[in-house]
Order: sequence, then C-alpha cells, then structure tokens
Amino acid sequence: MESLIEILEELHPEVDFEEHKSLIDDKVLDSFDIITLISEIHEEYDVRVPVDEIIPENFNSAQSLYSLIQRLQDEG
Amino acid sequence: MAIAALITIVILIFLQNLLMPKYMSEILEGALISEYYSEDIKDHDVIFIGDCEVYENFSPITLWKEYGITSFIRGSAQQLIWHSYYLLEDTLKYEKPDVVVFNVLSMMYDEPQNEAYNRMALDGMPLSLSKLKSIKASMVEEEKFITYIFPILRYHSRWDELSGEDFKYMFKKDKITHNGYLMRVDVKPVTTIPRARKLPNYELSDICYDYLKKMTALCKENDIELVLIKAPSIYPHWYDEWDEQIEDYASENGLLYINFLKYTDEIGIDFQTDTYDAGLHLNLSGAEKLTKYFGKLLSDEFNLADRRDDEQLSKVWIEKEAFYIDIMEKQYAELEELGYIKAFNSKKNEE
Amino acid sequence: MLFTSYNFILFLVVLFIIYYLIPKKYQWMLLLLGSFVFYSYSGWDNVAYITVTILATYFVSLKIGQLYEQQDSYIKENKGSLAREDRKKYKAKINAKQKKYLLLCLLFDLGILAVLKYTNFVISNINSIGNLFKATEISFLDIALPMGISFYTFQSVGYLVDVYRGKYAPEKNLGKFALFVSFFPQLVQGPISRFDDLGEQLYAGHSFDYKNVSFGIQRILWGFFKKLVIADRILVGVNTITQNPETYQGIYVFLGMIFYAVQLYADFTGGIDITIGIAQVFGIELKENFQRPFFSKSIVEYWRRWHITMGTWFRDYVFYPVSISSPMLKLSKFSRKHLGEKLGKKVPVYLSTIIVWSATGIWHGASWNFIVWGLLNCLVIIVSQEFEPLYAKFHSKFNVRHNFFFRLFQVARTFLLMCSIRILDCYRNVGISFKMYFSMFTNWNFGEIFNGGLLGLGLKKSDYIVLIFGIIIMTVFSLIQRKGSVREQLTEKSDVLQYAVGIALFVSIITFGAYGIGYDSNQFIYNQF
Repeated sequence: MESLIEILEELHPEVDFEEHKSLIDDKVLDSFDIITLISEIHEEYDVRVPVDEIIPENFNSAQSLYSLIQRLQDEG
Repeated sequence: MAIAALITIVILIFLQNLLMPKYMSEILEGALISEYYSEDIKDHDVIFIGDCEVYENFSPITLWKEYGITSFIRGSAQQLIWHSYYLLEDTLKYEKPDVVVFNVLSMMYDEPQNEAYNRMALDGMPLSLSKLKSIKASMVEEEKFITYIFPILRYHSRWDELSGEDFKYMFKKDKITHNGYLMRVDVKPVTTIPRARKLPNYELSDICYDYLKKMTALCKENDIELVLIKAPSIYPHWYDEWDEQIEDYASENGLLYINFLKYTDEIGIDFQTDTYDAGLHLNLSGAEKLTKYFGKLLSDEFNLADRRDDEQLSKVWIEKEAFYIDIMEKQYAELEELGYIKAFNSKKNEE
Repeated sequence: MLFTSYNFILFLVVLFIIYYLIPKKYQWMLLLLGSFVFYSYSGWDNVAYITVTILATYFVSLKIGQLYEQQDSYIKENKGSLAREDRKKYKAKINAKQKKYLLLCLLFDLGILAVLKYTNFVISNINSIGNLFKATEISFLDIALPMGISFYTFQSVGYLVDVYRGKYAPEKNLGKFALFVSFFPQLVQGPISRFDDLGEQLYAGHSFDYKNVSFGIQRILWGFFKKLVIADRILVGVNTITQNPETYQGIYVFLGMIFYAVQLYADFTGGIDITIGIAQVFGIELKENFQRPFFSKSIVEYWRRWHITMGTWFRDYVFYPVSISSPMLKLSKFSRKHLGEKLGKKVPVYLSTIIVWSATGIWHGASWNFIVWGLLNCLVIIVSQEFEPLYAKFHSKFNVRHNFFFRLFQVARTFLLMCSIRILDCYRNVGISFKMYFSMFTNWNFGEIFNGGLLGLGLKKSDYIVLIFGIIIMTVFSLIQRKGSVREQLTEKSDVLQYAVGIALFVSIITFGAYGIGYDSNQFIYNQF
C-alpha cells in the first residue's frame, strides 16, 4: 500500500491520496495518469491491469486500487 | 398545450399572410388567379382559360359593352395545360358557363417548366382537391408539395424584403384586372419577326393530349361548348404542324378551333400599333379589336343572349366599366408623364 | 432521408403515432422496421453493407459468449478436482479461441470500413508516388460511402470487444441486436452508444410520458434552430472563403475560421440535439455528446467535452488497450532503463497518444488534411502536458486560477487554438491550409472587410443580423445550461415561459431557417464521416 501511495504522489504531489475517494470523478487522474499508473504497478507488483478493469470504481481511491492489485495478484 | 398550439397557428397564419408576395404594384400577373374567387356574382357565359395569350389579348369589358356577354378570364403566366384543366375543374364548382375558351399554345409544353409560374398559377387557388391534383401535376424537381399547402415554407425568406405593400395588403387585396384581363395601353411595334427554329419533332405530346381530352370530356359532361383558339401573338411561333394536329383534334371531337393568326387582317390588327411588346401580346387597342371580332363569332355561333337588360348584372358591370376607364386613363397619364407604365417597368415580362 | 427534409418529419410523426398505439412488447420491432425504412432511403446497397456487419458481429459475439459459457460450466463441473494452474491453462485456451474470433470479426468489420473509406485515398497516394517514376495511374474505386458507416462500425466493434472482455453477455435475439446497431436517430452522426447503456432501453417498451415527449420535442426544435437558422445560413460564408483561397486571404481566413467554428458547432450539436430529442420522444435516453465544448479552458478539456462518445470510444478501445499492451509495457521498461526514469516513463504514454490521434484523424476523413489535423491536436496535447510543471509554478506565484478574466483568456485561447487546427478541415489540401493560415499574419487587410468585404461573401446584412442574434441565443442557452438542463429550468420557472420559448423557437425556425428554394439543402457535416 505504501509504495502505491508513493507512486501516486509522484504523479500528483498536491493530492492527499490517503483521504481522496473520488480521484476519477473529480478528474484528479486523467487517462495519461492511469496508463502511467498501470505501467508502474506492472513494474512494482508484477500484475497487468486488464483494460476491462479500468473503471472509475477501481481508480477512485488508493484503497480501491490497492484491493484491485491484490485481487489480480490472487487470480494471477 | 392546446392554447400554445392555437397561438402558434395564429402567429403562423399572420406571418404567412405577411410574407406571401402581394403582386399589387409589380409582377401583377401573380394576382390574377385569386381575383376570380372574390367576384360577388360568379355567373359568366364564357370562361377563358390559358396563358398570357388569353389574359392579355381578350377584354371581357368589351365583350359586355358590345354584345352583353359576361365572361371571366382564368389566365395566368405560362399556364400549362394541367394548370388549365384543374383550374377549369375548380371553376365548374362555382358556375356552369355556356362556353369555355381554351388557348392551345400550352400544348407545346409537356413538362413542368418553372417554379415561379407554378406559384402564380397555384397560390391563388383556395385549397381544393383540384388544387392538390394540379400541384402534383405541376411541380418541378426542386419543389415540395407541402410548400403549397403551407406557403410560408416557400416564402419565409422574404422577411428581409418586406415593404409597406406587404402590410397594407395582408388580408385584403386591390383589384388588378378587369375580369381577368390585364390591361396595357403602351405600344411597341413589331420590327423583326424572329425566325422559327426547326424542331426535331413536331408531334404534340401524349401528356398534353391526355389533358386536352380530359378537358373535352369535362365540358361535354357539363354541357359546355369547348372552343379552342390560338391567339394572334406572333411569337412564340405556332408551327403549321401543330396547327394541323389541333385542327384534326377539333374536327374529330366536333369542336370549334380558331387560329386567329390567320385572321389578323380581317380583325384589323396592326402590329405597328396594337402590341406592347413587339408581337408577343396585344395592347388595349389590339385586345379590343380582337374581342369585338371574337364576340360576334361567339354570339352568332352559340346563341349567347345579350344580357344588358338584366338590371342586377348591369349594375355590377357599370362599376367594372368605370374601373376599366379609370385604369386606362391612369396608364395613358403615366405613359405621357414618364414614357412608361410604372407597374410594368420593373421587369421584362416575356411570357 | 435528411433530418431536415419534410419526408423525415412525416416519417417521424407516423412512427411516433404507431409507437404509442401498439403494445409495448412490439415497440422495438417498430423501431427496427423504422430504422430499416430510414436506411433504405439512402439506397439498398447501403442496407446490404450494414446487414453484413450486423450478421458478422452477431454470430461472432454469440460464439465468444458461448465459449464463456463453456468455460464457466467446465470450471463449475470440475470445481473440486481442478488445480489453480489447470484452471488458468483452460482459461488461456478458451481465451485464445475467443481472441481468434474477435480478431477475425474486427478485421472483417473494420476491413469493410477501410476498403470503402480509404481505398481511394491509398490509390491517390500510390499514384502520386508512381508519378515520380512515371508509372501508369491506378483508377479510383467507384463506391459511395454508405451512410453512417463509421458510426455503426464503431458501435459494432465496441460491442464485440465488450463481449470479448466479458463485460456483458451477447444479445441472443438477432432483431434486437440489429436494432442496437441500426437505431435510426443515431445512425447518421452518432452519438456512438454502448450496448450496456442503450440495449435494454431499446427493448424495454415505453408508455407515453408527457414530460419525455415534450422535452424531446423541445430538444428537437432547439436542434433545428441551430442547424437551419445558424449553420445552414453561415455555410455560404464559409464556402465562399474556403473555396476561393486565392481571393480571400488575411483577415478573411480569420473570419472563415470563426465562421466555420460557428457552423460546425451549430450543425453538429444541432444534429445531436435532434438525435437525442427523437430518442427521448420514444422514451430512450442517449448519452450526451457535447458539454459546452467552446467553454473549455484547455485543449484536453475541449476533447473531453466535444464529441464525447467518440473520445471515450477511442479511449476505451484504442488508447487503453494500446498503452497497456504487453509490448507497450515492455517498451516502458526498456525506455526507463535507457532514457532515465523521467523521460522513459513518458515514451509509451506519448506513443499511444500519437497512435490514437492518428487514428482519430484518419477516422474523420480519408485525407492528409485529417491526419495532419489529428497530429496537430496530439502535438498540442503533448506540449501542454510537458508545460504542466510550468503552469503549476505560474499558478503558485499568481493566484489567478479563479480570476474571471484569466479564465476568459483561457477559454479564448483554447477556442482560437482549436479554430487554428480546424483550418485543415476547411481547405482543399494541407499546403493551402498552412499557406492560408500564415496569410493571416502577413496579409494585413483588416480594413477590407468593412469596405464591403463582409457583404461580398454571399451573406446579406439581414443574414448577419440573424446570425448575430442566433449566436447570442446559443451563448445564452449555454450559459443557462451551466446550472443544469435548460428545459428543467424553464419548466420550473413557469409553464407559460416554457411554451413561449417553444413557440418562439418554432416560429423562428420557420421564418429564419435557411431552407427551401434559394438555399441548398445541406447534409449535416458529420454525415460524411
């Protein structure tokens, strides 16, 4: 989880990712950020986020993104 | 909701009346068709139908003054034969004349020609089945049926050329013609006669014959004498081949056909003084000469009674005569003062 | 059948009446029949093309769905005995099959589009290369592009990919699926709908709802107003300027740019208003395609608000799949290693962006104009992305982010930037477009337009008056719309006001619309795409 927050903060230092729960709906993360994120996650956790998982619910908060990663690792 | 719809309709009717061309001070030909419907007494011995060769060449006032024959000209610019047929059909709903006179020049056109002339022939008719059929027969390709039902769809873009005239005549128009006769007193003599082009085919077309047959049948049904004429306009050229075909048709159907071009001397038409546009149309002097000649023929041939004794009719026709003289004097005065007649100077009217 | 033809209006009225008379369960069939009638107006060969696409997509998506079912039942049956590894293996096997079907069908659907739309473009390019070597010219293919092919193909492809991704099960009823692809209001110019948004609504059956119908009609009227009063009127001016580049340079180019912006906006958003309004009259809610795009403060924002369904389509079916594909992830790794963390991270993102914008460009039209147009959009987006830190610095220094005038400046800048790029949309070829663009800066003939120049463009004084009023009305509506639906707000205010606006719109369309004899009947600009 911590490394994920780090990745996120690198993208948007001004955002408090622990608290923010609507990153997509508030347009904090744009599509550029999302694909950068996905490639970072690939690097860090060795999972590939498939395209059909790119939905607001998975990206709206650091927490939900983290559970996505865990789920994908589990299914791996 | 219903109120909103009603308001919309009222606004649109108002706008439509405003936006439709009025034809009161120029392009007077546009006003011809509608005038018939505002006549108080629709009781005519003779109805003329056809193009400019009827409404410029015959004068019902003369016919009344000389022979006591009542008549009305249902003419419009470049009236094509389907216009004529349906116009006759429509007219017969109001009255049964003794004689219908049809000018055969339009037998040369076998397809719709021009949107503007369609409009002049059709917009003046009140809505009726005849009108709908006429619209259907007349439309050129770019036209839409619905624009005849709701003319605002055709004339909406006139909003930027509205003039005082459009407001003044929104709901009531002035009288322009003398029972359908559009008077002109000016003179433009014939100088040269354009040579007639050779045609690839002189056969009058089937479509035109169909309408002519329908017209013949319609008259027969209603016990009306149909007379075919060719007015003495020397242009557009009336080919001998066409003349023969009409001649044949008339004799086959027992109709009277008169080609006045053959009788110009007898009638006394002088193309130096009796035409206002070098031979296309007669002016007042020519029209009166022609009418006198034709009136005699009509009353002899068809035993049309002299109705000048009829008091009620006389009253109406005295008014008409006064209007006739009034317009005539105005035109002479304008001619004297300006050298031309205002209403006819704005454009060249070729047909 | 054009939206602005009398026939179409008659068609709509008839369809509307029947729709609410028949039992609800037959409504979707009527819509399918209506769509078929609508489409057959543009020619039977067009019907053939769309039918082929529908059939191919239908059967392949069914097959892919079957494979999913097969997989599920296999896993269920062998729940106890199946090791995780085996399950993975089995899934991979099924997926490989599905992928084959998917690719086959994509190739087919997009192949038709490509052949019909791009063959002549390819030929003309080959010919110009061939000319260098004095080769004989290849003759062009003589096929008219079927109406709306880009839109229905994209919609089919989106559906197919969604089924492949397991987002939803395929539609089993061929008629229902055919209606989804061919639903007539959106066939001509979008919006590009998703099956999970639209499908159920199409088949559900709708009872007459006064609000839906009256709101729908109001929306249609608004669309007609934009299209007939504004777009078709200003079109003459746009054409005069852009088709005579020798005569109209300098300030005229600028004028043409602005005119074209107005025309495109009024035409395209007006068309979409009509589309969405028609659907609403039938009780169906389509996705919005515009969100006041000309009020955008940056080009990225503009593209989020202009032709939204196309943007999201490209995002979901091109941008994401490309940018997180395994080659791209590998490239990312590689570039980071060799170019450094910061730069390396950007390589795959920008490469994907370039791919998406080239595709968007070529989708808009088979010409170099549109390819260059797409790449220019891409360039601006990347540059502004690169300037992001600079902007951040600027904003931390000067606190103007919420200053009205600064925002106005941003809006104007974005508008002019988009106008500039759009110039490629107007002129015959790329060379002339650039030449004309630069003539704005070299040819100072500002005075000319007021010395009769404005009236020489085929527009009369009265046209300008109508246009100015029309544009003001559009702007005011947009401003009101920021607080939510204009129609809702009107209804809340008072019924009388709502009716008054409706009547005024209707009467103005009839009176001031540029239709009928004297005006060319113009197809919607987006028809050709």
